[in-house]
Amino acid sequence: MSIRGANLLTLDGMSREAILDVLDTAESFFEVNQRTIKKVPVLKGRVVASLFFEESTRTRLSFETAAKRLGADVVSLAVASSSVKKGESLRDTISTIDALGLDAVVLRHRSSGAALQVSRYVPHVRVVNAGDGQHQHPTQGLLDAFTVRQILAERHGVVASVSGSSLFEGLRVLIVGDIRHSRVARSDIAAYSALGAEVKVAAPGTLLPPSLEGWPVTVSSDFEEALAWADVVGLLRLQHERGTGSYVPSLSEFTSTFGLTATRVPLLKPDAIVMHPGPMNRGVEIDSDVADLPQSVITRQVANGVPVRMAVLYLSLAEKKEL
Amino acid sequence: MTHHEERQDRQRGLAFVVKSQLLTAEDVSRAMKRMAHEVIERNQGLDNVTVVGIQRGGVAIAEQLATLLGGIGQVAVPVAALDVTYYRDDIGEHPLKGASMTTLRDDLTNRTVVLVDDVLFTGRTIRAAFAALADWGRPTAVQLAVLVDRGHRELPIRPDFVGKNLPTALSESVRATLDGVWLGSGVAR
Amino acid sequence: MNLVIRGGTIVGPDTVFRADIRIESGVIVAVGEALSTANATIIDASGCWVGPAFVDIHTHLREPGREAAETIASGALAAAMGGFSAVVAMPNTEPALDNVPLVSYVLAQGAKTAIDVAVAGAITLGRKGESLAPLAELAALGVRLFTDDGTGVQNPLVMRRALEYAAPLGLRLAQHCEDEQLANGGVMNEGVLSAQLGLAGRSAVAEELMVQRDIALVRLTGGRVHFLHLSTATSLAMVTAARLEGLDVTCEVAPHHFVLSEEACRTFDPQFKVHPPLRPEADRAALHAALSTGAIDAVATDHAPHTPELKDLAFDEAPAGMLGLEHVAALTNEALGANPVAFFNLLSRGPARIAQLRASDARVGLSAHGGVIMVGEDANVVVFDPSQTWVGDRNALHSKATNTPYHGRPLVGRVRSTIVKGRLVVHEGVLQ
Repeated sequence: MSIRGANLLTLDGMSREAILDVLDTAESFFEVNQRTIKKVPVLKGRVVASLFFEESTRTRLSFETAAKRLGADVVSLAVASSSVKKGESLRDTISTIDALGLDAVVLRHRSSGAALQVSRYVPHVRVVNAGDGQHQHPTQGLLDAFTVRQILAERHGVVASVSGSSLFEGLRVLIVGDIRHSRVARSDIAAYSALGAEVKVAAPGTLLPPSLEGWPVTVSSDFEEALAWADVVGLLRLQHERGTGSYVPSLSEFTSTFGLTATRVPLLKPDAIVMHPGPMNRGVEIDSDVADLPQSVITRQVANGVPVRMAVLYLSLAEKKEL
Repeated sequence: MTHHEERQDRQRGLAFVVKSQLLTAEDVSRAMKRMAHEVIERNQGLDNVTVVGIQRGGVAIAEQLATLLGGIGQVAVPVAALDVTYYRDDIGEHPLKGASMTTLRDDLTNRTVVLVDDVLFTGRTIRAAFAALADWGRPTAVQLAVLVDRGHRELPIRPDFVGKNLPTALSESVRATLDGVWLGSGVAR
Repeated sequence: MNLVIRGGTIVGPDTVFRADIRIESGVIVAVGEALSTANATIIDASGCWVGPAFVDIHTHLREPGREAAETIASGALAAAMGGFSAVVAMPNTEPALDNVPLVSYVLAQGAKTAIDVAVAGAITLGRKGESLAPLAELAALGVRLFTDDGTGVQNPLVMRRALEYAAPLGLRLAQHCEDEQLANGGVMNEGVLSAQLGLAGRSAVAEELMVQRDIALVRLTGGRVHFLHLSTATSLAMVTAARLEGLDVTCEVAPHHFVLSEEACRTFDPQFKVHPPLRPEADRAALHAALSTGAIDAVATDHAPHTPELKDLAFDEAPAGMLGLEHVAALTNEALGANPVAFFNLLSRGPARIAQLRASDARVGLSAHGGVIMVGEDANVVVFDPSQTWVGDRNALHSKATNTPYHGRPLVGRVRSTIVKGRLVVHEGVLQ
């Protein structure tokens, strides 16, 4: 199902066609972002609320920039630092904000499922999930796929927006690290596999989900072999500030077994694409020097966040909702 | 046109169905040459002219016009494509169209822009194009060239150069390309 | 008040038969055909089952401490609407029911309601799992069941001491089986779905380990354990095996565990959050199938009211628990099919035996429940229409709370009348 006129809550189960619709649309907004005046009036007069119950300056700025470049008015509420504390009813918060006359809510929440819940409370408002707990971070999955396609299109000298999913056929993607707690992993796996890539995961046993049944992935038994195998290596943030560090004996052991260290870089294919959703723990999942290698496309991921989020907001909001 | 939109058109029974051919390729070619001469005459040269074609139907026509202008004037006339989807005033009224690429890069300040489209109808696409052009600076003048003017204006917009004036009924649609012009029904994308 | 229940099918512990019942002064005075209706309110029971009113051994009445969600009075109304003549109030109130004044208070409040309210006392002080509550003093008030429900007694040594202390007093310890360390704050069943939804899982093993541990402790101490809301096929199999071994263990299942599966959590609707969590379909089906085999002693609601403010939180932040009193009879009926004997054994006779509320038990201050329909018995009777269809509606509940997972669900079978101690409390489906 397309996200046109609809909410974007999860990439799980999203069709290849619907993902490509976003990626292709994002190409036109990528061009808009190359202009001197990086703004179009397509959402003029619409009100987009960005509600971040969990602080994420990077994602919030990216979404708000996207909304503003579409001409929308942005109501920003960094709930994490406002009076709304853990335990306030999600419904109450949303009702209050909704009284401002919203067209869309961009929601970041520490709880899995929060975006889906909010979409039930305000069915007349389009909800875009900007990350819910350990569940999904759909725009991250989309911008990662967009970035990979853009790089491959450049290499092959083809136009990304007409290449469809062809560049993903047979592409080998390795996702490394805290799969268990990562919403980015869940969205990335859904996006890459829907587009036809082969996805492998590598993690210590404690950082794999309790079950991978039904996931379109295989588990790597040898991290270094998998590094040599991969065309794309997606690293995940080890969220040790949330106690996930206790899932491994020590951060240094994690780094020595599953970190992309300088000594492992020679294992990579020369044209491998190294990604990280940020913010990086330099020296934990990735060596400081490695993050700055030419294979690393981390800043490009950040830059592509804006056109991809513009495409999402445009498709979701500009199309009349078919009720 | 994306697959998505093609399918939507089919589902809605909106595919273009030809009723009659109004101009042949040869007719179009003659009209294009005449317009090229009119552009040069009006601007007393081509030094400051940039041709801008509106996506999607106007782009091929703009490229041909620029080629003709270049041939006559013995200069390279810059030409670019402009997509106006994101500047339209009817967003949300119809199923969304995927935008095509805008290739316009240069600042248009102090240039004379010849804006090109295939068919001039209500004038709303041209209005959107004016809004878009404003983001590329302040041209000395904007002139409008269309292959076909089919009437039914909803805004006070008049073309400077017209390939062919064709009176039509509102219910009809017109497909105008370098290969010819046809009258029909449905969406003439 | 004299009552005649006419034209119903009387459901006994083994058989059913057609008869009228006459009730006078709180007691059944006649059972037979075409009884006189002189000076009596007539209850038309044609097409209905007539049996001992239901007993819920797992009701959270929330008073004292969380009266915004439920009170003893409101919970009693909901119970009566659900066909119950008695409920056992769970002790995880605020503060916990671990002392004589508090238990006396709940019993006194219960006595003001139309039904019998028994109390389950806390096993440990403050339900902290550390030192024993005054079990003997509370037993003197009539308390027969003890539990730290909400959580289980985590420390095996404390549980062993409790069993050793309770056994000679004739008391039964009811255990919420989940090892909290292994459950690790999980919010739904751990498995394929929790991994997909990014919700922290509570492993089935967290429950099964404690079931296994407590069976071993019963074997060691000769005590009696009642297993609350078993939710997995493995748990049930262990309890069945322990029973065959001759250990004094009993068990209940909650309606949500045989009606709903973890699939419901896919909506992230906190109405479906409960501990132990909703399990995979295979476990649900196994519990469903076991209802009619005798492996399960009682269906118990785990009626757990929460205010909308709390249930509107995100899934992982919302409290666990759901309502059950007003829908459990329909859900059990639907699950059993036309099996009136098992229906009354699970909803009335089994739970009354576990809670020691039968005529043969040494009771204090309460009438007899879960008996048979015969002359001389206390008139705690329910008239249940097994074929009436209706739809669950959170706005039509008598409970103060609205956190039912059955809103909008078609239901089959409905309580027509509830008679408690000879009083017609619910008549024609309406509270009197």
